[in-house]
Amino acid sequence: MNRAAEHGIEVEGLVRDFKDGPRAVDGIDLRVQPGEIYGFLGPNGAGKSTTVLMLTTLLPPTAGTARVAGHDIVREGPAVRSAIGAALQEAALDPLLSGREHMKLQTTLQGVPKAERRGRGDELIERVGLADAADRRVGGYSGGMKRRLDLALALVHRPRILFLDEPTTGLDPSSRADMWQEVAHLARDEGVTVFLTTQYLEEADVLADQIAIIDRGTIVARGTPDALKAEIGRPTLEVTPAAPDQREAVATVLARFGTPAPAPPGAAAARLRGGAEELAGVVRALDAEDLAVTDFQLHAPTLDDVFLAKTGRKLDAGDEAAADEPREAVVA
Amino acid sequence: MSVSLLAQIGQMARRSILQTLRQPAMVVPPILFPLVLMAINVGGLEAATSLPGFPSDSYLDFAIAVPFVQGALFAAINAGSALARDVETGFIKRLAMTPMQRTALLLGHLGGVLVVALASACIYTAAGFAAGMDFEAGVAGVPVLLALAMVIALAFAGIGAYIGLRSGSGEAVQGFFPLLFVLLFLSSMSLPRPLIEQDWFRLIATYNPVSYLLEGVRSIVITGWDAEALALGFGFASVIALIAVTGSAAALRTRLVRT
Repeated sequence: MNRAAEHGIEVEGLVRDFKDGPRAVDGIDLRVQPGEIYGFLGPNGAGKSTTVLMLTTLLPPTAGTARVAGHDIVREGPAVRSAIGAALQEAALDPLLSGREHMKLQTTLQGVPKAERRGRGDELIERVGLADAADRRVGGYSGGMKRRLDLALALVHRPRILFLDEPTTGLDPSSRADMWQEVAHLARDEGVTVFLTTQYLEEADVLADQIAIIDRGTIVARGTPDALKAEIGRPTLEVTPAAPDQREAVATVLARFGTPAPAPPGAAAARLRGGAEELAGVVRALDAEDLAVTDFQLHAPTLDDVFLAKTGRKLDAGDEAAADEPREAVVA
Repeated sequence: MSVSLLAQIGQMARRSILQTLRQPAMVVPPILFPLVLMAINVGGLEAATSLPGFPSDSYLDFAIAVPFVQGALFAAINAGSALARDVETGFIKRLAMTPMQRTALLLGHLGGVLVVALASACIYTAAGFAAGMDFEAGVAGVPVLLALAMVIALAFAGIGAYIGLRSGSGEAVQGFFPLLFVLLFLSSMSLPRPLIEQDWFRLIATYNPVSYLLEGVRSIVITGWDAEALALGFGFASVIALIAVTGSAAALRTRLVRT
């Protein structure tokens, strides 16, 4: 086993400041084990992309240390880059080149031996389902095709660690599912360590072995998806009364069994204090009050609940205006 | 395993040539426009040859230098736009993730632009001969003419690359084009400097390096072998190229940050 395969990612106190801006990353610690999918979850502007740029050696940190594949990101940049692959936030492709020409360029620049370049390129193009479009210019590709090509290009030199920065943002559900399948295959079947940033709770939930939730530059929670949800612990019961004017009455009944929770219009919800065992009691109480219901749903805790509990905000209500792109001017 | 610098430059140059050839707007106007402008000037300014002191009895021989410099201006736009697009699309970050040396990106781009500029220069030369140009330097003068055209193209491509890398914006590069054009018109493009009547115009043309680029090319056609004109032409072009390429390399270091 090579050195990269023995090491994942170790980050201590990583900080990044930008001139005239808030601290983008504020002293984060991370430990990613080899072969796992690490989900880095947070809203726009949380510091995800800045972290990825630092870990991929494209942005020097202001403070702190990080080792990727056993190499220091500041002192051993070339060694880090040779061990990693990255598909950054925007699929960085040349619209005037074809998929196959991208492959040729990437395999050459990555130092793939000449005799293997064509074969490696074709293999990856086939793998990401772009064989039919390989000779077409990338400018005519769909968003999903661009993302798949971007992923394939990140894999040409067989990296042991792969950074994917919001790989499914803007993709349709089918393309998203394809991407998830490929990422899962890379980690489970090929042992590639995957550091995946996302603003999609479902994506982190489905793919990640470990999750860190980042908000405003700091990590607010970390653990396995199940452990994080268990930390919140209590399921949410959502009840829709048959008569809309009985919503308050239903909410009053639910309040006896737990703390109120956000609910869709016309419904009331509560996070059940005693868990799912309270259900029978809730039904009896509603019946005793003559409150008819049309919908009755018990939700297990989600990562959204975790985010809400840790930050006081819902993830999808993040600061959309704050782009998570690092600014150019740098305060060293 | 890393690939040699030469192979890296070759790949980047190949990409640059493909990019240019796949955008007709980057190929056709840079070749046609200077020739059309020259044809108009030759048609309208032939009478200038009867001015006392005019160095040639054919305005074509005088004006053929202009397309070479004008073509170089287009090379500047091509080089700048391509690099700006790499910044805009994030492609430059993809390249930064590879073991590619920065030098390869810049030299590859410039090399690709020079190949296209060389093809353009050959077309201008052929068009000149086809139109009856009297070429005083003889056959040996052709490679010197093309060499000077290449150094001039490198100088302007270097300027374009600098602007493209500094601004990261194709619009900024395009916006710079009129300024270069003004430099061309405020030179000895249409008349020899001694024959420019307006003092202010003659002064600007004298201090405008573009005049010496034109006069270097022109000397090969009209005079044959004029050491001073050639030295000034090659000298100014080389100095501009050196400054522009050095500036571009510095801009690339800022743009393509990696540890």
